[in-house]
Amino acid sequence: MTKNKEFVKFDNVDKSYDGKVLVVKGLNLDIEEGEFVTMLGPSGSGKTTCLMMLAGFETPTHGEIYLDGKVISNIPPHKRGIGMVFQNYALFPHMTVYENLAFPLRVRKIPKDEADKKIDKALSMVSLHGFEARMPMQLSGGQQQRVAVARSLVFDPQVVLMDEPLGALDKNLRESMQYEIKHIHESIGVTVVYVTHDQTEALTMSNRIAVFNDGKVQQLSSPDELYEKPVNSFVAEFIGENNKFSGQVLDISGDKCKVKLENGTEILANPVAVKAKGDKTKVSLRPERAIIDPTDKMDNNHKGKIEEIIYHGDHTRLRVDLLGNKEFILKVPNSTARLDLKKGNVLNIGWNSIDCRALNPK
Amino acid sequence: MSTEKILSSDGIPLEISLKKAERKNKLKALMLVGPLFLFLIITYIFPIGDMLFRSVDDRMITQKLPNTFAALEKWDGKELPDEATYEAFYKDFYPLAISKEAGKLYQRLNYEKSGFSSGLKKTNRTIKKFEKANYKEQFMATHKIWKDVDYWIALKNTAPNWSYAKYLKGLDLKFDQDRNIIQQDEDRRVHKILWLRTIKVAFWVTVFCFLLAYPISHLLATLPMKYSNLLMICVLLPFWTSLLVRTSSWMVLLQQQGPINDLIVWLGWAADDNRPELMYNVVGTFVAMTQILLPFMVLPLYSVMKTISPSLMRAGKSLGGTPFTAFRQIYFPLTIPGIGAGCLLVFILAIGYYITPALVGGASGSLISNTIAYHMKSSLDWSFAAALGTMLLVGVLTIYWIYNKLVGIDNIKLG
Repeated sequence: MTKNKEFVKFDNVDKSYDGKVLVVKGLNLDIEEGEFVTMLGPSGSGKTTCLMMLAGFETPTHGEIYLDGKVISNIPPHKRGIGMVFQNYALFPHMTVYENLAFPLRVRKIPKDEADKKIDKALSMVSLHGFEARMPMQLSGGQQQRVAVARSLVFDPQVVLMDEPLGALDKNLRESMQYEIKHIHESIGVTVVYVTHDQTEALTMSNRIAVFNDGKVQQLSSPDELYEKPVNSFVAEFIGENNKFSGQVLDISGDKCKVKLENGTEILANPVAVKAKGDKTKVSLRPERAIIDPTDKMDNNHKGKIEEIIYHGDHTRLRVDLLGNKEFILKVPNSTARLDLKKGNVLNIGWNSIDCRALNPK
Repeated sequence: MSTEKILSSDGIPLEISLKKAERKNKLKALMLVGPLFLFLIITYIFPIGDMLFRSVDDRMITQKLPNTFAALEKWDGKELPDEATYEAFYKDFYPLAISKEAGKLYQRLNYEKSGFSSGLKKTNRTIKKFEKANYKEQFMATHKIWKDVDYWIALKNTAPNWSYAKYLKGLDLKFDQDRNIIQQDEDRRVHKILWLRTIKVAFWVTVFCFLLAYPISHLLATLPMKYSNLLMICVLLPFWTSLLVRTSSWMVLLQQQGPINDLIVWLGWAADDNRPELMYNVVGTFVAMTQILLPFMVLPLYSVMKTISPSLMRAGKSLGGTPFTAFRQIYFPLTIPGIGAGCLLVFILAIGYYITPALVGGASGSLISNTIAYHMKSSLDWSFAAALGTMLLVGVLTIYWIYNKLVGIDNIKLG
């Protein structure tokens, strides 16, 4: 069976709440069947609105949303067959775990013995066997979360939407739940649309990530591509840590360009979003791609003074004054071959032009 | 666990020093609640206790006629009592007649059997001229009640110091001469109708309030703040207005030449010379009480609905429930604590409502509380008023108890 590449499709969707501001602007997004797609973005970027439009709780102001080739704008939420996990779980507080899971099956008039089997399967999927008779209030946050996940899956929906489902959990629980949800997704192959503002969560779990900002998808790609090859400076800054230099393009030749920084230094960079000489640009460099005392030949070699040393256990971060950027961050792995790190020391720092991406100036 | 007593640093057992430290706080707390407690005892506990007591207290007559009851003890109740009994009654009644203190006696005995009042009044006038012998003859010559065995039986029946006759009367029951409980005479059965009407009115007012308040409360709980505040004020504004003012304005609205009747005529629903009576009957009571008690339903419902997360309804819908299913199985069950609180509050308030039915209810719309007031102010049968009041109180407590059994009182939410 070939998978439908456009299982969920946003076609030029606009959404405005007050008729003045567009929360979502001309959104185009295709989601493949069985894919785990995360909508990632700062709050107010329109990601939750997109999810609500897909679930049917909001209607697009303009454009259409397709599910499995069918327009769904006119279908009410309860007929869409989309499972949803809410931010605060939205478990029915007056029903037991069993009744919570039975609700979607009961309204679909599924016979009891079949429903029991499904509930059993869903509960074992989230390893909550034996909790059927508990009330939601008697469960811990993590357990409630699992019940919510099980409930959204129990009626075998085509798509499951998750709206920041791990937001209320503490760090350790959140991490283990990330893996758990990922594994559930892998084992049953349901299409998941996940909303979060936590980039680590997005990077850990997703097949593809749609980075939202200002009502638009800034980049839609796999986690590694998103991190390694951000297409604009918003994505570069939003995902992971980023060192940036502002400057102007002096020359472009093939896969290299010469950028003149604000302090007058010229560096070689990878022209990703610059087209012509004279373009303003912001050059982005991941901290781990800058190497201290490089042994190989590097495209760029400069000296920087250590401003601050921050110990992080597995690695040490250095804040370095490099080429006029006092916020330049370097990561030094915590290995036995310790360098002589002291505030005020001057380091040789080198990096290749391919890792140093010249993006749009904003 | 060690059984050794833990000592604090100065050698005093820890328990004692803890108590000592907390005593001051306890005393402070007590002083803070003291005034209210005292106030409640004086204005609430004591009057209710007194009322309960009054409803069964029947000592007055025994105290006024001690000799008579002593003599009647041996009487078999078949024929007229003997001379000694009449003499005993003379001994009791003569001083009362002289000092003009017999009034209460007429009233009390007339409740027992009508005819007593006129008989005793006549006796009161003639007793001063009685000779000191042949009392039986003289009494029988004074008035016919003294020739009637039934009156003596009625008199004897008042002997017990404590009586629940008033409660029977409140249920249209009474004692017959042989102290069997029988139905009141047909033309005097008024209280049962009154009780049923009171319960009926309270029930329907509760239902109307619920039907009106539920959607409003939902709107209040879901509207954005700026609109919901305005709506809340609309709900609360009548709440802040005097009850009497509101009832009077209903009288203005509902009267036969009032605006509502004008509107009905203008719409052609009734002829001008045949305007419907909207006041001084049950209709007026319903309308005015529903409006007045509405906030008591809205507030608990609102406070409960406010706590229900809108995502629950969304979850219900996303899981495949139609809006109606989601409402019935999710939203509605979650509002039950508020419904319980509101209904209980409105019902209890309605069942003892006084001013509104008194003003707009007329004869067919007056409730048990109006009868209580009548017996307090006009007939001065306080013990009967007390008995009715006690029955009302017991009724309310029963409803509360049933509610507790069915729903659980800790489920209630008043805000």
